[in-house]
Amino acid sequence: MSATRTVERPPNPPVTPPTRQRRGRRLVLGTPLPPWYVQVAKALVLGIFCALVIAPFVAIISTSIAPRDQISRAGGLVLWPDAVNLDAYRSILSGGVVTQAALISVGVTVVGTALSLFTSCLLAYGLSRPGSFASRPMLLIILFSMLFSAGIIPTYLLVRGVGLIDTLWALILPTMISGFNVVVLRSFFMNIPDELLESARIDGAGEWRIFSGIVIPLSKAVLAVIGLFYAVSYWNAYFNALIYLNDSGLWPLQLVLRTYVINETALSNTDLSVAENLPAQPSLQMAILVVSLVPILIVYPFLQRHFAKGMMIGAVKG
Amino acid sequence: MPQSTAERRAAPVAAAPSKPVGATHRRPGLPWWRRLSRDRMLVLFALPGMLAVLLFQYVPLLGNVIAFKAYQPFLGIGESPWVGLENFRIIFNGDPAFLAALRNTLILTGLQALLVFPAPIVLALLLNSLFSDRIKRLVQNVLYLPHFLSWVIVVAVFQQMLGGSGLLNNFLRTHDMAALEIIGNPDVFHLLLTAQIIWKDTGWATIIFLAALSTVDPQLYEAAAVDGAGRLRQMWHITLPALKGVIILLFILRLGDSLSVGFEQIILQQAAVGRGVSEVLDTYVYNNGIVGGQWGVSAAVGLVKGVVGVILVLGANKVAHIFGEQGVYKS
Repeated sequence: MSATRTVERPPNPPVTPPTRQRRGRRLVLGTPLPPWYVQVAKALVLGIFCALVIAPFVAIISTSIAPRDQISRAGGLVLWPDAVNLDAYRSILSGGVVTQAALISVGVTVVGTALSLFTSCLLAYGLSRPGSFASRPMLLIILFSMLFSAGIIPTYLLVRGVGLIDTLWALILPTMISGFNVVVLRSFFMNIPDELLESARIDGAGEWRIFSGIVIPLSKAVLAVIGLFYAVSYWNAYFNALIYLNDSGLWPLQLVLRTYVINETALSNTDLSVAENLPAQPSLQMAILVVSLVPILIVYPFLQRHFAKGMMIGAVKG
Repeated sequence: MPQSTAERRAAPVAAAPSKPVGATHRRPGLPWWRRLSRDRMLVLFALPGMLAVLLFQYVPLLGNVIAFKAYQPFLGIGESPWVGLENFRIIFNGDPAFLAALRNTLILTGLQALLVFPAPIVLALLLNSLFSDRIKRLVQNVLYLPHFLSWVIVVAVFQQMLGGSGLLNNFLRTHDMAALEIIGNPDVFHLLLTAQIIWKDTGWATIIFLAALSTVDPQLYEAAAVDGAGRLRQMWHITLPALKGVIILLFILRLGDSLSVGFEQIILQQAAVGRGVSEVLDTYVYNNGIVGGQWGVSAAVGLVKGVVGVILVLGANKVAHIFGEQGVYKS
């Protein structure tokens, strides 16, 4: 059996190595570099795009840590803080509405991501062995579900019918399986050579052992990407929370964010269970915004190198 | 059983290692109960996920029957009386609120097709023309980021930047210029929505185009250059044809969503701008159904919307086949 050969190189043919992506175009004889003004124009356009993305974050973080007098002088957001002042974070994280919402969001994200990733992997692996019982119709059911959605009202009635209204499970179960993610996982699993699984089977491993001992360890890159997709969708879940949660005590961060930042409801001492004077409202609002941003900003750099790979498997094949 | 097929397996594996190679040891000729008992673990693995898909995606489809009923929550779906097409008659006889929602939806779809759809193609071409891989990757990583932010954050960011006391207007005021009314201004609301989508997702949407471009054989460019083609001609004759299939595919998929123009994004800003310009079909369904209790009529609107989406996808796919493209699926 050629198991050792295949273990060394997990298969992912659609990904061209980076050296191939440096197309040889610049070396082509007879094609001069573009004139300087084209290069300057490109740099300018891309620079402006990047600035449009980055500048708001700088202003938001700056405002959340700026001292009170600077904010009142600026009449709102500041671009760069004069000094660092963490009172706003202390106020919103010392208990009260925002703290609770943040904990709920963390809980829903952790539980939901684990559940989604686990069931999606099992489902994708169950469908990834060609010719296995009913895998074809099941795949078609999943693919077809990606083309339509049943509509807001019937889905709401179902969620109410199974008794999920005003429970946190309403944020998890209806969106637990994403057809797209299952298809991406499945194409990845299908590229694991069958000889590898076969040799394990000969050695007496059951399907579960093969799944947990061979398939999952070989798929770390794609699991990271799909896990991020699920985690982001749970962390950002707003639609489900808006529709299914009437009880404001269960609100995740996104709904709190809407109340206090978009609708500009002022935060009071009772909201935050803080006795002393509150920091300026813009600081508080921007601090909530930053709290809801931070997990994504932390995870993003670690996972971004996997995007291109993971997405290409899904995009090129799917 | 596996051992007996070992030799048959070896040949296709060597010939095409990138193809899924699991097929050979699973003999499809067996009767179904034998295959079920052979694959029972795999079926068991797939079961929880399949149940979730069936329960939350397919069962609600049946719930669409309330579009033909006068649904009363205390009676339940089964007991509510049938009313035939009455709910549809209410819509198509020109309920002004429905017509306004339809109009706004079509305007937004048009704007999105015109401005949102081509943006990532242009950006991908621009990124693809960069010579430095390092700069390219840096720019990509910056521009992907907004995709991972929720609509609540995006709307909040836009308000803070462009609102009455936002960064832009503060700047204008301190430099003695008139403030611009952008947030909450019905006249520019549709453009604002479009700009938000572009800000959030243009970078991310380039991924698929860049993936398509990375498969182009560099020798094509070399050959074109030897034949005297300049950069623009290379783009026209090599780069764009490489993207054609992806562009058509995405456009067809986009058509299926053309009546869904962004529920979360719009519902967040509805209070600021009023329903006149912000009501679209999805918000109409939500506001009249879940909030307003007109279940039957709203379900009818949702059903029409879903059916139109499916018809558009199937129709566009058909057209793509007629023009010799692959489309979403093969016929």
